[in-house]
Amino acid sequence: MDKFGMHSQTEQLHARHIGTGNADTTKHQWLTNQHRDTLSHYVADNSMATYISIVEGESTVRTKFNMLQRMRQPCGPPPAQIAED
Amino acid sequence: MSDNLKAQLEAERRKREELADSSSGGRNISTDIKFDTDIYSTSDKFAGYDRSIDTHAAQDTSDAPPRPSGRFGITAPRELIDELNGAEAEEDDPFKATQRARGVNRVIADRESDYQKRRHGRQLSPEHTEGGVSYSEAMRKNQLDREKADLLAKIKKAQDTAEEKRAVDTSQAPKRRWDVETPAHPSAAAATPKRNRWDQTPADVGAVAAAPRRNRWDETPQAAPGGAAFGETPKRVRSKWDETPAMVGGSAAIDFGATPAGSIGLATPSAVQMAAGASILAKQQGQPDVMDARNVFQTDEELDSLLPTDGYMVMEPPPTYTPIRTPARKLMATPAPLRGSEGFLIPEESRHADHDVPREVPGVGALPFFKQDDMQFFGKLLDGQGEDDLDAAEKRERQVLRLLLKIKNGTPPMRKAAMRQIAERARELGAAPIFNQTLPLLMSPSLEEQERHLLAKVVDRVMFRLGDLVRPFVHKILVVIEPMLIDEDRYARSEGCEIISNLAKAAGLPAMIATMRPDIDHVDEYVRNTTARALSVVASALGVPALLPFLKAVCMSKKSWQARQTGIRVVRQTAILVRSGILPHLRSLVDCIAHGLDDEHLPVRTTTALALAALAEAAAPYGIESFDSVLKPLWLGIRKHRGKGLAAFLKAIGFIIPLMEVEYANHYTREVMVILIREFQSPDEYMKNIVLKVIKQCVATPGVPVQYIKDEVLPEYFRCFWVRRMALERRQYYQVVETTVELAAKVGGAEVIGRIVLDLKDESGVYRNMVMEAISRIVKTLGAMDIEGRLEELLMDGVLYAFQEQAGEGNIILDGFGVVVNGLGARAKPYLQQITSALLWRLNNQNPLIRQQAADLVAQISPVMKSCGEDELMSRISVMLYEYLGEEYPEVLGSILGALKSIVNVIGMTDMQPPIGDLLPRLTPILKNRHEKVQENCIDLIGRIADRGAEYVSAREWMRNCFSLLDLLRAHKKAIRRAAVNTFGYIAKAIGPQDVLATLLNNLKVQERQNRVCTTVAIAIVAETCAPFTVLPALMNEYRVPELNVQNGVLKSISFLFEYIGAMGKDYVNAVTPLLEDALVDRDLVHRQQAASVIKHMALGVAGLGNEDPVLHLLNFLWPNIFETSPHSICAVLEAIESCRLCLGPGRILQYSLQGLFHPARKVREVYWRIYNMTFIASQPALVAYYPCIENNGDNVYRRYELDYII
Repeated sequence: MDKFGMHSQTEQLHARHIGTGNADTTKHQWLTNQHRDTLSHYVADNSMATYISIVEGESTVRTKFNMLQRMRQPCGPPPAQIAED
Repeated sequence: MSDNLKAQLEAERRKREELADSSSGGRNISTDIKFDTDIYSTSDKFAGYDRSIDTHAAQDTSDAPPRPSGRFGITAPRELIDELNGAEAEEDDPFKATQRARGVNRVIADRESDYQKRRHGRQLSPEHTEGGVSYSEAMRKNQLDREKADLLAKIKKAQDTAEEKRAVDTSQAPKRRWDVETPAHPSAAAATPKRNRWDQTPADVGAVAAAPRRNRWDETPQAAPGGAAFGETPKRVRSKWDETPAMVGGSAAIDFGATPAGSIGLATPSAVQMAAGASILAKQQGQPDVMDARNVFQTDEELDSLLPTDGYMVMEPPPTYTPIRTPARKLMATPAPLRGSEGFLIPEESRHADHDVPREVPGVGALPFFKQDDMQFFGKLLDGQGEDDLDAAEKRERQVLRLLLKIKNGTPPMRKAAMRQIAERARELGAAPIFNQTLPLLMSPSLEEQERHLLAKVVDRVMFRLGDLVRPFVHKILVVIEPMLIDEDRYARSEGCEIISNLAKAAGLPAMIATMRPDIDHVDEYVRNTTARALSVVASALGVPALLPFLKAVCMSKKSWQARQTGIRVVRQTAILVRSGILPHLRSLVDCIAHGLDDEHLPVRTTTALALAALAEAAAPYGIESFDSVLKPLWLGIRKHRGKGLAAFLKAIGFIIPLMEVEYANHYTREVMVILIREFQSPDEYMKNIVLKVIKQCVATPGVPVQYIKDEVLPEYFRCFWVRRMALERRQYYQVVETTVELAAKVGGAEVIGRIVLDLKDESGVYRNMVMEAISRIVKTLGAMDIEGRLEELLMDGVLYAFQEQAGEGNIILDGFGVVVNGLGARAKPYLQQITSALLWRLNNQNPLIRQQAADLVAQISPVMKSCGEDELMSRISVMLYEYLGEEYPEVLGSILGALKSIVNVIGMTDMQPPIGDLLPRLTPILKNRHEKVQENCIDLIGRIADRGAEYVSAREWMRNCFSLLDLLRAHKKAIRRAAVNTFGYIAKAIGPQDVLATLLNNLKVQERQNRVCTTVAIAIVAETCAPFTVLPALMNEYRVPELNVQNGVLKSISFLFEYIGAMGKDYVNAVTPLLEDALVDRDLVHRQQAASVIKHMALGVAGLGNEDPVLHLLNFLWPNIFETSPHSICAVLEAIESCRLCLGPGRILQYSLQGLFHPARKVREVYWRIYNMTFIASQPALVAYYPCIENNGDNVYRRYELDYII
């Protein structure tokens, strides 16, 4: 069943690191995590944030704020179950 | 409190004895008393009676039945039998102690103290959900218990006084002969251990707290001590003759609540009874205790159904028969037909069970063992009932039983599988079936340590899965686990802590408080104590602030002082548990218990003082301001109290003083010192320990002036504590030594050593040890700079004397000698001549132990001899040692080699006497010695020589050494193998790698795995010391040998090689790549695994050094192995991929893993996600740049547009 301990640490892994996945992770979940990672990276990195704010023509703070807001549902609502299967 | 009571009882007893004495004096008089013949009949009505026999006994019907007069009518004198019985009751099985010592018997119940045994008196409460006890009911029951206890205490007191009065009355009344026969009733708790023949009328048991001693010859259980059973559970000594009480009830749900602890006869009050069915219990309750299962009345119907109908008739009772109306007489007339009354009976069912103890349990398989006690719990599995005709609940229960049996009795693999299963399926099986089976098992009297550990683990794991479903079982779990908190075994204690803290996390604070609240002022001190400990664990698990309001309420409780004491205890235990973690809550905790110092009950005051001590100890060195409010009461307290109370208050002050400002500390120390010095002479050990601790604390604070301690404390301290008696008790021994070292740190080593140095010549060996330990610890910490002149001479003289006189075991004296000589350093020169001659003489001694100690001492003092410039003396010693290399005792030989090694170390290879060239050939044969100590010291010495002085020995001698070294690779001790492997490196460096390598490569062909592994390590070390290019060609050539072991060995060596050389490996990557390609496509699993581990070390070493191409090439060969299933292989492969990630960057690995994340096959997805997770955890920020671009889908925006921004 669980011969090489693949699941032995899965639960702790998920608890500790949001963004790890397993065989049942959907495309939407996976991409949501990617987007959040990316956004948090942009927010944390001042030069990236400045670059983006120049392109968008907004203040840096506003850009950061927008990105933070977007982290709630970066890819939109999760699709219905049937659509995913 | 208990002290007071004891003293009172003692006084009572003495008084009674006096009375008895005086009245027995009266008997002599009374024989001369003339009867008033006109009132009484003139004939001597006692004629024909034996006057010396106790005629009284038979009339006293309420007593225990008389002892039967032996089976054959002949018995030994009563005293002898009593004595024998007494002896047996003490120790049932004469082999028990021996067995325990040898670790055969690990039954927990056997090593428990009386206090710990009280856990058997507790009962598993019924579940809260299943119509059982609610919170209010529990509280009410608790209240009732307490009132009952109060009432009983009152009755007892009343009886005591009444008896006292009666005793006084009888002593005042004219003494008559018969008065003697009614001795003052041995009243409550006056434990009369052995009865003499005059008091056949045993203690009036009604109110007696002390349970009567039960011994195995008693035909009927003695009357149970009525309701007074709460205080002390009857002492239960399980003997191997006890039959195992069978599990009576077979119902699925075991009724816990119905069993009042330990009052169903006294036969075996234990978990077994708890398991007994409710029907029997109901029948028994309210009936005299002798009416046990075999003795209950049988109705006519029952008899009819038992006896055959035809061929028998019911007889009329004869007309003269009159039934006995007084039941007590009846009982005596026909003693209850228990075992023992008809002589020895072969216990039927236990023999049957013994034969029948199955090894094979259906549904479980073969077990390594199946104890007889297991039958009670697991008997159900053996009844042969098919699974099909059971309902679901029953089936689940059996499943749980099966798993538990596997866990308890199974082999390790069985146990592991069952453990995992029970944890994983916990929710599906349900809380009730699991806990209802597990918890009674944990209460079983024959439980062993290992079993308890396993079952506790089950509870822990199951709890984790069940979460808040455990709530109904919180109390039961606590009852079972709390005793572990006061276990003598540290691991058991921490295990208990862990479980309770997990329980608290699973059940939540409200549930825990609601469950434990009734136990806080439980009548039984044991319950309160364990509850306090459990609550403190809860506090540490859920945080002190969460529990604080509750604690406050409990500590302020007006209703009972027990509650207050328990609350304060919780604070104390919490402080001990969370240490400095209490600092944020210190003030509130102190405030919460402060009022306890002025409590009217002494136990509360004592506990408060102890709690304050624990708080101060945990808070040190901060938080003095929190203790401001309690200083004054504490201060007044040490004047008011005596005995244990004083000890507690002193302890509190002793721990608070170190927190104070300097001048305050000084002031308070002086104040408290007066009392401390007074208590130096206290005979009480507890007090002594505390005094020592407080002295240690006070002395360590900076504010106390040195002169004051020198003048006031030291003289009295040494007079009271440095006496021989102190050395006899382990704990005091350590305490005194520690305190003395602390004092020396304050007043200087010379001052202290000067006071005890003469005791080094004391005639008691243990005391000499104690002195030596103190001196050596003082010298070790403070040095010997201030020891000079006369003291130095005295010290060396004493040390030498102690060394010569030492009584063998332990190396306190030896180490002390080394420490002192090393401490003196160059100043030891004048004594070295004397020491050397003593050593030489002792090296020649007949006693091997003395030779060994002498050699050990040489090893310790040779650095000092060198620094004193006594090379001459050392050469003499080393020549002597060299001559003794033929020593036959391995322990001694090992020490001699160690001594030689230390001399070689300080003297150097060139100046060594005897010359190295002579020494080494003598060592080569010693390598063949199988003794570990010899091997280790010898290999160390040889390694040292090979490292520093290889040129003094011929190459051929070294080669001979190499062959001997190969044997050492088989050694069990890792240090030896490591030393041997390192020595290969030194030798290879000295004589060139070719010959050594050839030897080692040949050794790869041997069968033994450990040997091969060590050889591969040695090859790698040779490669490391002689540069890899000297070794790699030969090694890779060896890979062509078509033999699996050799090829694997080669791969392993390469793997170690790359591990050792690290970044140096960048020059060799291209060289080994073809070999690895070949290995990675081999059919053999181990082959690929080894190759993976090579890649792991190689890629790690060359990360960032521009070797990406070959590593990527190897990754391509490696990748298909990710579907390996054997744990070792998959680990090696994944680790290799990890180090490739370091070398190639996470982007590359992400690209590789993307292909399988959403593969249709789950097995593929699982592996790929594992690799993805690995990569993600290790380098999540770096992945942001590499995530694939995915097109939007309907509502969902998947593209990351920011990446497309271009200015």
